Amino acid sequence: MPVKQSKIQQFLHSEFFHNYRKSPTAIISSLMILSAILIALFGPLITPQDPYALAGLELADAFKPPAWIEGGDANFLLGTDQQGRDIMSAIVYGSRVSLYIGFVGVFFAAITGIVVGLVAGYVGGRLESIIMRIADIQLSFPSMLIALFLMTTFGRSVSNVLIALTLIGWVRYARIVRGETLTVKNKEYIEASRVIGFSNIRIIFKQVLPNVLTSVIVLSTIQVGSFILIEATLSFLGLGVPITRPTLGMLCSDGFAVLYSGLWWVSFFPGLYIVFIVFGINLFGDFLRDELNPRLK
Amino acid sequence: MFKFLVKRIYQMIIVLLVVSFIVFFMTSVIGNPVHTMLPERASQEQVDQVVKMLGLDKPLHVQYLIFLRNALKGDFGRSYTHFQPALKLIFSRFPATLEIVVVAMMMTIVLGISLGVYSGAYPKRRSSKFIMGWSIAGISLPSFWVGMVLIFFLSVRLGWFPVSGRGDLGSFFGIRTSLATLDGWKHIILPSITLAGINIATIIRLVRAGMLETMRQDYIKFAKAKGVNSRDVLFKHALKNILIPVVTIFGLQLGELIAFTTITETIYAWPGMGKLLIDAINNLDRPIVSAYLLFVAVLFVVINFIVDILYTLIDPRVEI
Amino acid sequence: MSEREKILEVKNLKTYFYTHKGVVKAVDSVDFDLERGEILGIVGESGGGKSVTGFSVIRLIDEPGKIVDGQIIFKGTDLMQKSESYMTTVRGKEISMVFQDPMTSLNPVYTIGRQLEEVLILHENLTREERRQRCVELLNSVGIPNAEGRLNNYPHQFSGGMRQRVIIAIALASNPDLIIADEPTTALDVTIQAQILKLMKQLSQETNSALILITHDLAVISELTDRVNVMYCGKIVETGYTQEIIRRPAHPYTQGLLSSIPNIDEEKKRLSTIPGIVPNMFELPAGCKFAERCPYAKQICWDKEPEVTSLGNRHEVYCFFPLVGEDK
Repeated sequence: MPVKQSKIQQFLHSEFFHNYRKSPTAIISSLMILSAILIALFGPLITPQDPYALAGLELADAFKPPAWIEGGDANFLLGTDQQGRDIMSAIVYGSRVSLYIGFVGVFFAAITGIVVGLVAGYVGGRLESIIMRIADIQLSFPSMLIALFLMTTFGRSVSNVLIALTLIGWVRYARIVRGETLTVKNKEYIEASRVIGFSNIRIIFKQVLPNVLTSVIVLSTIQVGSFILIEATLSFLGLGVPITRPTLGMLCSDGFAVLYSGLWWVSFFPGLYIVFIVFGINLFGDFLRDELNPRLK
Repeated sequence: MFKFLVKRIYQMIIVLLVVSFIVFFMTSVIGNPVHTMLPERASQEQVDQVVKMLGLDKPLHVQYLIFLRNALKGDFGRSYTHFQPALKLIFSRFPATLEIVVVAMMMTIVLGISLGVYSGAYPKRRSSKFIMGWSIAGISLPSFWVGMVLIFFLSVRLGWFPVSGRGDLGSFFGIRTSLATLDGWKHIILPSITLAGINIATIIRLVRAGMLETMRQDYIKFAKAKGVNSRDVLFKHALKNILIPVVTIFGLQLGELIAFTTITETIYAWPGMGKLLIDAINNLDRPIVSAYLLFVAVLFVVINFIVDILYTLIDPRVEI
Repeated sequence: MSEREKILEVKNLKTYFYTHKGVVKAVDSVDFDLERGEILGIVGESGGGKSVTGFSVIRLIDEPGKIVDGQIIFKGTDLMQKSESYMTTVRGKEISMVFQDPMTSLNPVYTIGRQLEEVLILHENLTREERRQRCVELLNSVGIPNAEGRLNNYPHQFSGGMRQRVIIAIALASNPDLIIADEPTTALDVTIQAQILKLMKQLSQETNSALILITHDLAVISELTDRVNVMYCGKIVETGYTQEIIRRPAHPYTQGLLSSIPNIDEEKKRLSTIPGIVPNMFELPAGCKFAERCPYAKQICWDKEPEVTSLGNRHEVYCFFPLVGEDK
């Protein structure tokens, strides 16, 4: 009698994991993401400085270049900014907010989009057409502009950024889920199943979600990267999070002010770290998409 | 055809109306024009006077109708900071934005399509994988960072290009543009590259995906069975099929370019609409914000319309 | 029957597919001939190697497939020795193909007139007017009404059966010596199938082109073909004149195929099928590939691959225990 494998064992033997192990980009990119998350979670414990505890900053330390350049200081590996803030510590702290917004934003956008999509597909009729029409129109405008506009109106705060991202991001999820709901709904009517209202909802819920799961996952990886970039851009323009909760984008914006005087490291490294994070996410997203998309097999 | 046009135009109008309402509603929340116009210690009487003058005492829907009526006349009020009519100001800055958008678009088309077709047609080659790798990196780059890196290394350090600003204007077939002068081109290269960067990467990925999809189709194999050589299979049979989704994306890409001019112009101090908007947002200059948003909304609606028309022209399966 | 000129001799053809999971020997050492004007059927289950054989003849095998070995001697020339650019002069002109799915074989963004004309532009030297004339003639010959008007139509404006006719017209445009038809009617309605097959037979006879008809449908084989190759798991298991094979099948697989055709005159409760399933192409057994499912298999069948046994009158079978003896 074959021993029933635990879920973990099943996963480890699955084709997905097999392909994962064989693919260098998959492994490297997932490590990149993992390290970014770990740094965000535990970084503050090991950074030399808390860049936002004003008491700890010394102006004498200001304008120091990265440690490997003449004039640098080994204590401040990536240099300091005009206030004596250690860039590396700032990046660690900043990445916490950036990642938080990215992941939480996607979470809310996904939930909203999935619910809207389910409702639209299930209820149908006028409501569905209106919702889908709104979705189409919204997609025809660039999300960056919508985000800009929303943040201008709402004002700078982390929750407003999250709201803005949700308002931008729900559309793609809604479309996928609504499509799948329609498919299921039609099948149901043909199958002459129980017509008790409540049961129908549960059936659709249960049947729709597993089928859209892979698409939602793939979409979400793309969205996380995209949201992190949008937030960074908004913060760079001064329209994102408030000064008290700095993100990587804001660090770049601070750095921009001193760029022409030659202090390139203040904006270069935060931006580079954004690239690192988003690149890792996109690489992994690509791998996931190739794996989970049966068509291309 | 006629019915289609009428239907589309009707839809466009509805969209613009909805957008105009949203813009009006939201911008009436931004900044208080009264405070911008009066000194802080103004008396209540003066405040009331200004409120009345600006029509802020009327009910919201009336204000909206007034706003709409004025908007249709092109009147968005005077900029609080520049004291000129808002729309006029935007129009005056539009050509500068148009320049970088056009140059960026051309780069996108040339590089994006050629590299996308190449990597899609020969996906197993080393060079294709290289292109793909770079395109993933490309969509991961924040454009403001790219701009800063380019400025620092190519302008500040190496001095190859000017650090910021727009170049001298020349005349080209009667149009005043900086593209007509060498100095203009020196100024426009970096901003356009910064603007185009993400777009090029996106287009490469899309075109490549389209190519891969198309080359697997039966009709491609059938063309080969007819004796068509591989080059003609690519350029005659595959390419036209790919244009269909690519044209659709182009409209969106154009919109993205326009949206990102806000950042690019800020970094390069390029005197276009984008910078005007960002400054207006920071200065709570409501008329400019509303005028910009509506202007740009009209642009997008028109672009989408043109894309739809093009789409029906290219794909014979689409019935109007 | 006097022997006509052989236009195609396939010797030891091997086409393998190198996939991530392993090597699939889609066509494994296949030999057959074809005479001018003859209609040869290739029959077998899906995945048996029939289509791949057809594509191999015109060397249209895409990655990860590769023609690993063999000779494809067409009108005296071994095509395996020739360059790709030589092949583009052969394809569409001397050997043409009809594909299975008419809905996807035509390029949706070009008119059928243009796609038809393309063959003429590539292979013939005609003026524009002459080409146009020929296109109209061709459409007429495949039975498309209002040919001239329809030249400017797009594929989506034709029904499936019509599209297949257009494809046949394209295949015939340059008067090829050989037409390879890969399941040409499988994707069509039953009623249309009969029409198309009749058309193909008629045209092939009129133009004296040889026809290789690839199908899984034995009924089609029996109606149309002069000779037939029965394929299983990439190998030919039996070959001979169609009527002979139908009357006296020598290979158990052929027998199985024949008996699974429902007979309207017989009273039967259940359809008989060949027990078992096709083996995993990545792990083919050592001996006869059919041994697992063969009711007559003996030990030797599992150990060694059967060699050819000739039963006379061009009837050959690859089996240690053929069901019929030699025809004296």
